[in-house]
Order: sequence, then structure tokens, then C-alpha cells
Amino acid sequence: MSNLMSGSKILLECLAREGVDTMFGYPGGVTLPFYDAMYDHPLRHVLVRHEENAAFAAQGYARSTGRVGVCCATSGPGATNLTTGLVDAMMDSIPIVALTGQVSTKLMGSDAFQEADTFGITRACTKHNFLVKTLADLPQAVHEAFYIASTGRPGPVLVDVPKDVFQAQAHYVPVTTIHLPGYKVHTDGHAGQIRRAAHMMWEAKRPFIYAGGGIIASNASGELKELVEILDAPTVCTLMGLGALPADHPNFISLPGMHGSYAANMGMTEADLLIALGVRFDDRVTGRLAAFAPHAKVIHVDIDAAEIGKNRAADLPIVGDAKRVLSKLNKILAELAPAHAAINADGRKAWWGQVRGWQEEHPLAPEFSTSEIKPQHLMAEIDRISGGKAIVCSDVGQHQMWAAQLIRFNQPRLWINSGGLGSMGFGLPAALGAQFANPGKLVFSIGGDGGFQMSIPELSTIASYGLPIKIIVMNNGYLGMVRQWQELFYNNRLSSVTLDCFPDAEKLAGAYGFPGRTVENPADLASALQTAVNEPGPYLLNVKVSPFENVYPMVPAGGAINEMVLCDAKPVAVAQ
Amino acid sequence: MLQVISLLLENKPGALMRVTGLLGARGYNIESLTVARTTDSALSRMTIVVDVDPPLRKQVIKQMNKLVNVLQASDLTESPSVARELVLMRVRSTMEARASVLKEAEIFGARVIDSSMEGFALEATGDSEKLDEFIDVMRSYGEIEVTRSGTVAVTLEPRKLRLSSPVPTGAPKTTNTPTPANGVINA
Repeated sequence: MSNLMSGSKILLECLAREGVDTMFGYPGGVTLPFYDAMYDHPLRHVLVRHEENAAFAAQGYARSTGRVGVCCATSGPGATNLTTGLVDAMMDSIPIVALTGQVSTKLMGSDAFQEADTFGITRACTKHNFLVKTLADLPQAVHEAFYIASTGRPGPVLVDVPKDVFQAQAHYVPVTTIHLPGYKVHTDGHAGQIRRAAHMMWEAKRPFIYAGGGIIASNASGELKELVEILDAPTVCTLMGLGALPADHPNFISLPGMHGSYAANMGMTEADLLIALGVRFDDRVTGRLAAFAPHAKVIHVDIDAAEIGKNRAADLPIVGDAKRVLSKLNKILAELAPAHAAINADGRKAWWGQVRGWQEEHPLAPEFSTSEIKPQHLMAEIDRISGGKAIVCSDVGQHQMWAAQLIRFNQPRLWINSGGLGSMGFGLPAALGAQFANPGKLVFSIGGDGGFQMSIPELSTIASYGLPIKIIVMNNGYLGMVRQWQELFYNNRLSSVTLDCFPDAEKLAGAYGFPGRTVENPADLASALQTAVNEPGPYLLNVKVSPFENVYPMVPAGGAINEMVLCDAKPVAVAQ
Repeated sequence: MLQVISLLLENKPGALMRVTGLLGARGYNIESLTVARTTDSALSRMTIVVDVDPPLRKQVIKQMNKLVNVLQASDLTESPSVARELVLMRVRSTMEARASVLKEAEIFGARVIDSSMEGFALEATGDSEKLDEFIDVMRSYGEIEVTRSGTVAVTLEPRKLRLSSPVPTGAPKTTNTPTPANGVINA
């Protein structure tokens, strides 16, 4: 029944039981026994070029599939390099499990070579973490890690394994149950609260749906669409929620917040009922909290009880999984419809008139020029080629905001970006993970010239695995978002934001053995992108765009979201 | 006003660090913290006294309840509860003052646990303000050395303890092959 196995093999067995097929990692001294066991194990290990990118790639895998992403690093520097990726996953509620090696238990605490207090350091970077000091505890810890990472509000979990635990031998008997008495997962919303929510929705004259990453995490897009259609309410999806409602759905407005559309922010400001689903009222969405949605009652559905009332008090809180709550809610809404739908129908019709008016007044429209490539032009072309279907992994900065504004996502898990933490260097390794998880899909990595240069080493990984990622660099020669803030709020004193040396894209890609090109004439953009997409392998397209373009609309830090700056040098304060 | 938080948590390495880390990350200073095993040796009871801005108190409790090792975190500040603290004190006193020291100790309900030519070692319990007074009074007799335990508190109203049940391991589509009950490894 049971047989003598090493800790390394037992760990691989546990991973197999969790359905892990791919792991992103980087070996080192203390993980040698683990990597030796991998040598003849079917699990695919993807060798990245930096541990931080292993965590980002695991996120790309997780974000694009909903399954737990796995990354692995050695002790000391390997583990500390993972931390940015862990905090990033924490902020965006992404399920990943990180495995780290640790120095042997007898050396722990002795400042041994490559020793770091990984358990202590990652306490604040993870949803939970484990230090496994004996092999007897390993299977339990691994299964608990996957369970914690993937249930409730998802997040990163780290398992730290000392070298002697990898090496120890034991009779392996699979762990079939785990018990975490203090780990509370709220899934079903309160039935009475759900019924009250349905009544509030029909009673509203100006309902507005604010949907976020929670919809995607709980695979509730179908239920969201149903709700949107029963209630016929205008809907915004946050930066984390893009694709939760198809972008070509008539009720979809845009993303809200700091770089949200005029209609999205005015809609939130004027709504009398804000239906907040899987969102956390992030400061980038709400602007000045005291002035946010001042006329609205708030229904807040979230699986994390600590999110309720954290930033904005909820008039009607529902703690539960979005999918389960919405499917119940939709039933009740439909039941109530015959008697209630007509009551405020006129009011809601007028509300739509107002929202459509705002959309027409200031649409999120791309800009074009014949002399230079506008960043918005680039995003519009990517949107055209994608047709709402490609996976787009974005880095952080101006390009991220333009991409979020202008590229349509008609399904969830297509838009992959670092929302909460805003980690530059995220996009390319995330695309790597997403492409491994979705081998047949068109995957774009969009980065700025800043973020791209943070993850250049991964070009090597992409080349060595022949991943057909379309690497687009929106190159404006600046750290654009910082430059924009320096221009607008620091008297245009451009301090340390100039990136005046960028490698020749054709030579850079060529050095790794795949094609690349720089394009700067707007007339060439469409065909250059098409060439990139037609290429069966990876392609690096360096797109030189107008350097001083700013992202608008923009809500200045500390402003109310209806106080948007809509274009250069023409601040427009919109009063109600 | 200080917030008194009572936690029931798993008696595991790192559990204390998770709780204090949560307060530390928000810049809160812990006034006192006590922790010890409960009758069930797998669990610990912790009492924390901490200065948290009143609007954030609920949030702190919710965040503590989210910790995997925490079975229950509750705010005892404004609910029926009793709180006590223990003081151990060494007081030096002159031969002439010994009788007065003992009298004073008796008033505060303190017990003598050691007596020597230099003075006494005393033990007192009570609420923190009363112990402050006790310490002040004793200081007037001579040099003192004080160790305080920090507050321990117990709620006076029964609270329902909601615990999660065991769950099966593995990927959702696990096979039905029977496996021995919860795996034990014999190294």
C-alpha cells in the first residue's frame, strides 16, 4: 500500500494530486533534491530567468485559467525575489502556491549560506504560509496551501521546505482530508439580505452596477450578464473586472475611476443605487471617498467580510460568493419583475438617457495622427486584431490605462494586469504563464519601454520554449505615467523619467533568435501588427509613439471622480 | 480609549506573529499582550490591549478573524467582560516602615510571597487602574521593581464558536479510490 519515498517525491505526488501540470521556477542549492526528483517526473517545470518572474508567470497561469498557479524558488535570494509577485497576487486575490527551499533544519537560525527568514518575511506577503519542519507535516501543508489559495477570497500561499525535509524518507500515505477549524469560507449569502437586495434594485430609479475582480474569481460572468439584463442597468467593470461583462454588451460602459470614462464616473456620482459586486472600493476607483457616489445606497456583495464597510459603508451587505449570491438574486429579481419592474420603469428609462448622453458627450475614443503613432491608435489596432478574444497581458503605466480603456474583452480572464500593486515588469512574465496555460490562444504582452526593460531576461525563456507571444512595446521614451504626473502636478520638472536608450528591437529579438521590428510611421502600424500576429513564434514589436501624450480622462489624486480632467490644459470641473 | 481584544487561536508556531503583524502593519502599538494554552492544548487564548482608532476597530477584528490560525477574535471593549492583571513587585523598605507596607498591601489585597531584611516581594491582581494606584502607593515606601503581566480578560456572555469542518483534499475531480484515513507518515 505505502512505499518508502523521499520528501521531494512526496511533494511531487501531492502536487500531482492537486492537478498541477506546470510549475514556474528557478533551482538552487537547497532545492537540489527536489529538482533531482523532478528529473523523471511528468510535471512540467518551466525555467524562468528570475524568481520574481516565476511568481508573475504563475499568476499569468492562474489569472488566465482560474486554477492555482505554482512557482518555486530556492532559499534566501530565491525566496526574497518571489516576494513582489506574492504581494501582487495578494493585492489582486490571485490563487498561487509558492514552494521555497530552506536551509536544513539543523542550520536554521545560524546565518547559513543563502539563509533568510522566509516564513517571517512572507507572513505579510501571503494569505497564509507554512514552514514544514518535518516530513510528516509536508503532505498536510501542501494540500492546505492549495485549499487556502483557491477558496474564499483567493490569494498566495507559501510553503517553505528545508533541504533535509526534501531528503528524508518516509512511507507515503496520501492525505485525503484537511481540517482548518479557523478558516472560514463564506459562500452562500444570507437569503433574507438577498431578497432585500432584489427589492432595493427594483425600487431604484438610477441603479448602477459596479463589478470587479470578484466576478472573475468566482466565475460569475454568466450570472452577472443575467443580472445586468434583468435589471437593464448600466454597468462598469473595474480594472480587475474587465471582461466580467462582455465589452460589446450594450450595458457595458467602461472601467470607472481615475482613468475611467466620463460616463462611468458621472454614472457612479449620480446613481441612487450602487450595486457593488466583488469590489473593494479601491482609492483608484472612488477618488475622494467622502464625495464618492453621494446619492447612492450601496449593496455590497463580497466573499470577504472584511471588505464590507472597509472604505464605504454598505446599506445592504451580503457576504458570499458572487456566483452563488447572483444566481439566487437573479431568480428573486425575475420573480419580482412582473409586479415591480414597471414601478420605476420611466425613471430608469430617463436614467439611461442621461448615461447615453454622457457617453456621447465624452466618449472613450482613440486618437489618430498622420505624423506620429498615438498610443491610443496602437491600442485601437490591437483591439481590432483581438476582436475581444485575445489574451492581453499588460505591464503597469500609461499603456495599461489606454489598453484598459480601448481594448475590448468579451470574456473573462483575457485581460491580465497588475491592478492593486501596480508592479512594473509584470506583463511579459504573466504572458509567459498565460501562454503556457493557453497554448492555442493569441497572447499579447503590452509593456512600456520602462516595464519591458525590467523583464527583458524572460525573452530568453520565451525563445527557448518557442512561445508565440506577441510582445508589444509602447515606446514613448519616458516613464510615461510618472512623466505625466510631473508635467501636471510638479511644474513639468521631468526628474529621472527619461529612457533615452532603448535597444534596437530587431537586433534584440534577433539575438534571441526570433523576429523583431521597430515601427514609427502610423501608416505602417496595422501591417506591422499583422506581421507580428502572423508569425508562428514570438515577435517583438517596438512601437514608437508620441512621447508627451497623457492619459485622459484623469481624476487628480484626492479629487472626486466627477472632477475629471478631460484633456490637456483644459481642466473641466463638472458640477452636478 | 484602549481596545481589549480576546482571541482563540491555534497553538502553532507563527500564529502569534500573524496577529501582532496585523497590528504592526497598521502602526498600532500594543499596550499589553498575554497568551497561554487553553484546556485544549492545541489552542491558545490571547488577550491584547491596543490603541486602535475607534472607526477602525471593527476592521481590525475582521482582519484577525480572517487569519487561518484564528478561531475567534472578539472585541471585549464594550461588551460584558472582566479584565484583570497581575503585578509582581519587590519593594525595599526600612525596618520602621515594614508594618505600614504590609497594611497597605492588605488594603489592596496583595499577598506577600517573599520577605527579607531588605523588604518584600508582593503579588497583587486587579484591574489595571487599581494596580497603578497600588504601585504609586508602594513607591512612596522606597525603591520598587515591578513586573506586570498585562491584561487577561474573559467575556461574560457566551459566544457561539463557529468552526469549519474537514474537507477532502486534491483537485476537484478526485478519483474515488478508497485511501486509508488521514495520512500518517512513519519516517
